Amino acid sequence: MVTQYVKPEAGSWTAAYPELGTGPISYEDSISPEFYELEREAIFRRTWLNVGRVEQVPKAGSYFTKELAVCGTSIVVVRGQDNTIRAFHNMCRHRGNKLVWTDYPNEEVQGVCRQFTCKYHGWRYALDGELTFIQQEQEFFDLDKADYPLVEIALDVWEGFIFVNLERNPAQGLAEFLGDMGAGLAGYPFGELTQVFTYRAEVGSNWKLFIDAFQEFYHAPVLHLKQHPPVVGIPSMEAGFEGIHYELHGPHRMVSTSGGRVDLAPAEYVKPIDTRFRSGLFGPWDRPEGGTGALAPGMNPAGHPQWGLDSFQFFPNFVLLTWEPGWYLTYHYWPLSVDRHLFEGRLYFRPPKNASERLAQELAAVTFKEFALQDGNTLEATQTMLQSRVVTEFPLCDQEVLCRHLHLVAQQYVDAYGRVGKDI
Amino acid sequence: MARLPSEFSDLEPYAERWCLPTEAQRYACRLASSMDDMQSFYDATFPRAEAAKAYLDAFPLDALPDDATNLLHLLYSLIMVSFPIECWKQPHVPDAGAAYLDLVGEPRP
Repeated sequence: MVTQYVKPEAGSWTAAYPELGTGPISYEDSISPEFYELEREAIFRRTWLNVGRVEQVPKAGSYFTKELAVCGTSIVVVRGQDNTIRAFHNMCRHRGNKLVWTDYPNEEVQGVCRQFTCKYHGWRYALDGELTFIQQEQEFFDLDKADYPLVEIALDVWEGFIFVNLERNPAQGLAEFLGDMGAGLAGYPFGELTQVFTYRAEVGSNWKLFIDAFQEFYHAPVLHLKQHPPVVGIPSMEAGFEGIHYELHGPHRMVSTSGGRVDLAPAEYVKPIDTRFRSGLFGPWDRPEGGTGALAPGMNPAGHPQWGLDSFQFFPNFVLLTWEPGWYLTYHYWPLSVDRHLFEGRLYFRPPKNASERLAQELAAVTFKEFALQDGNTLEATQTMLQSRVVTEFPLCDQEVLCRHLHLVAQQYVDAYGRVGKDI
Repeated sequence: MARLPSEFSDLEPYAERWCLPTEAQRYACRLASSMDDMQSFYDATFPRAEAAKAYLDAFPLDALPDDATNLLHLLYSLIMVSFPIECWKQPHVPDAGAAYLDLVGEPRP
């Protein structure tokens, strides 16, 4: 196989970051219940977590709830009368009932309200969390309502993405945490891409295994062979995959890959449905004016003419994929236990101007699902075999450099938390 | 009563089964269909897709008449059966027997 893309002077993407090493790695961090409990404390209760976008709370009183099982809580995010977006633990101060839910306490809800009223005894809270009404207040003992607001959670917004941090006083601000990689995406027109497809599945694997599955494309020509006409699939499997560029940014990481201009390819290389609806895996072929290409300075960092896609992996569980044709995807991986997580995938497009544009989006969304089902199906199989511990060390290649980094960073967070714990 | 615009009456035999408003319904219908059923739907609808797009593009997307909305849903179903017909020769994604992925939020129409 001929190397197409230039690797760093160190000789490989992995060697460019010596702290990663090049030896086999252990997946004990994905099968150990003890490690999972440490991750909950060290990572998920102490880092910035993306829970939504500002479009979900368009006006005063707009709210949504988010179940954060990994943090052992449920939160409610709401836009106040003062236009500020706040997050609270979703819990009444009286007897601890979950405050905002409809028929099923564990189902996430969204809506618009003027205040929050607890179903249990009718206590009411303003949108800024202040306790405003107690049923039969005179029956209580020296109770000052000012002492019982909803418990607020640190919240900040980056490029329209709402993040929370369960730490009482987060050690790092959001912008600092997102670092150079976040700064490089500033200015991307996220707020204009409001046509959303939201996919969800519970997956029988550790959360990091699905991140691994989507942060290397070494698998793509093999696992997804049957998704293409044989004239494309077989040569592309024989050629293998090479990323254009990889970068690590603190706990975060990214990969740039090439993108096929399928619309310029010979007809026999393209599925008939893609030709008919002018769309496919890489999104709609007819690009909105001014809305394509590297729309933010951090995209296509190698400046490569064959660039088609960047995958930005924000630690711990938020992924942004920006595609050359002017749309983006997000992934979230919400742990439920050591060997189970909730996967959410969202496709964001510009609102379609007509049925043809809408149909092109439909084909992109359907294609995404066909591929993701193959990715998802391998995970439970991997998890169960890892748990056998028949083999405990696994070689990773240079195209899997981001997998190596994720597992190292998770270990570093757990180690750092352990040290702090001992100091106390 | 006809579900589709009269210009597309030739597709009426497929309307009852395939004019489905949600992705979940279309996906379930695909899994419940034989390859023969899907092949005949595909063979009839695919050659008409270009004309159907042109017909639909004459309306604002947020103000489609009911019969045009049905036609749009029929085209969504054409997309839904395309991988089985064009790639796999089976209703299921290969190597993905146990996996599922629910579309819990989708644009309308």
